[in-house]
Amino acid sequence: MKRLALFAVILAGVLFAATASEFPRLGAVDSAPSRHVSPAYIQGSQPQTHTPNFVTSVLADYRGFDTMFETTVVFLAGMSCFFILRALRRRGITEVYYYRHKPTGVVLAMLAPRRVSPHSSCFERIDADWTPQDMVVETMCLFMVPFIQVFALYVIAHGHYSPGGGFQGGVLLAASFILVGLSRDLRTVESLLTEKTAILAAAAGVCIYAGTGLLALCFGGNFLDYGAYASFFGVAVPAARSMGILIVEIGVALTVMATLVTIYKLVSSRGTVEEGL
Amino acid sequence: MILEIKIAMLVLVIVCAVASITIKDLLGAAVVFGTYSFMMCLLWVSMAAVDVAFTEAAIGAGISTVLMIAAVFRTTRRTKD
Repeated sequence: MKRLALFAVILAGVLFAATASEFPRLGAVDSAPSRHVSPAYIQGSQPQTHTPNFVTSVLADYRGFDTMFETTVVFLAGMSCFFILRALRRRGITEVYYYRHKPTGVVLAMLAPRRVSPHSSCFERIDADWTPQDMVVETMCLFMVPFIQVFALYVIAHGHYSPGGGFQGGVLLAASFILVGLSRDLRTVESLLTEKTAILAAAAGVCIYAGTGLLALCFGGNFLDYGAYASFFGVAVPAARSMGILIVEIGVALTVMATLVTIYKLVSSRGTVEEGL
Repeated sequence: MILEIKIAMLVLVIVCAVASITIKDLLGAAVVFGTYSFMMCLLWVSMAAVDVAFTEAAIGAGISTVLMIAAVFRTTRRTKD
């Protein structure tokens, strides 16, 4: 069976390699896409969509539906992870909670959770596989977080003009939360962005995207036709389209950020969202 | 982009792709897969697809490596097959 699989893979590879020579060279001017498809977007996108970046105009304007359902797929992926991995608290299973006395280093194991303030100088909640943390690593990681978040906001807001947009910005925002989780612990992330808030934010992002489209429908345009806002808000068509794409990107970023943080929490804690990586 | 660097990147992509499915240590495989994603990201840049490269760097090399390491941390580090 393994030999057969290897043979199939090699055969497919040889076929791919044989057909790859038929492809037009990268950037060849006389290939079909360079003659028909690319000029249509390069010359058409500025007068049609008033967006300076072709990639953004294709992503959020020509292929607006596609991006909307991609966002929905991201949201559904997060929800599937939630329903598959989330371990709801079951009766009869004894869970042990560890509390470390900071001045002496003595660890108490409790069978019931106790409420300990995160700013308490006496006790702190620790994970079962707790090891002393390096102060340098923790401080430097937390120091990087605001810079990552500002860059993420720039990527979201400047997505029209430069590479970037909602997906990448949302991933960067999620990465900043995951960095907090890696350098501190999962409970810090949970206190910054609770599971409930994250799932609500993910749903809100999809609703923002779909709502932008529906609002355009209400103002007499097509679904996701951002130019329809121009007459209602009394601004020029390019400004209305720019705002529409920005709102849509914010929705995408919200969904991606919240979903990725949720998946990270669930995967790293075996679905309990108690003790993480 | 310089041809030699491009060839080196292509070779590294293939080496990392083969290594990430043959390594028995899953943590190592996750790290090698992150390298593969980063090399793919550099290839996208060399093909002037900066948007795709950005996404690949953020999702492929960043988040998915973390998610895989988290999964390895919570399951087992050695493969059975």
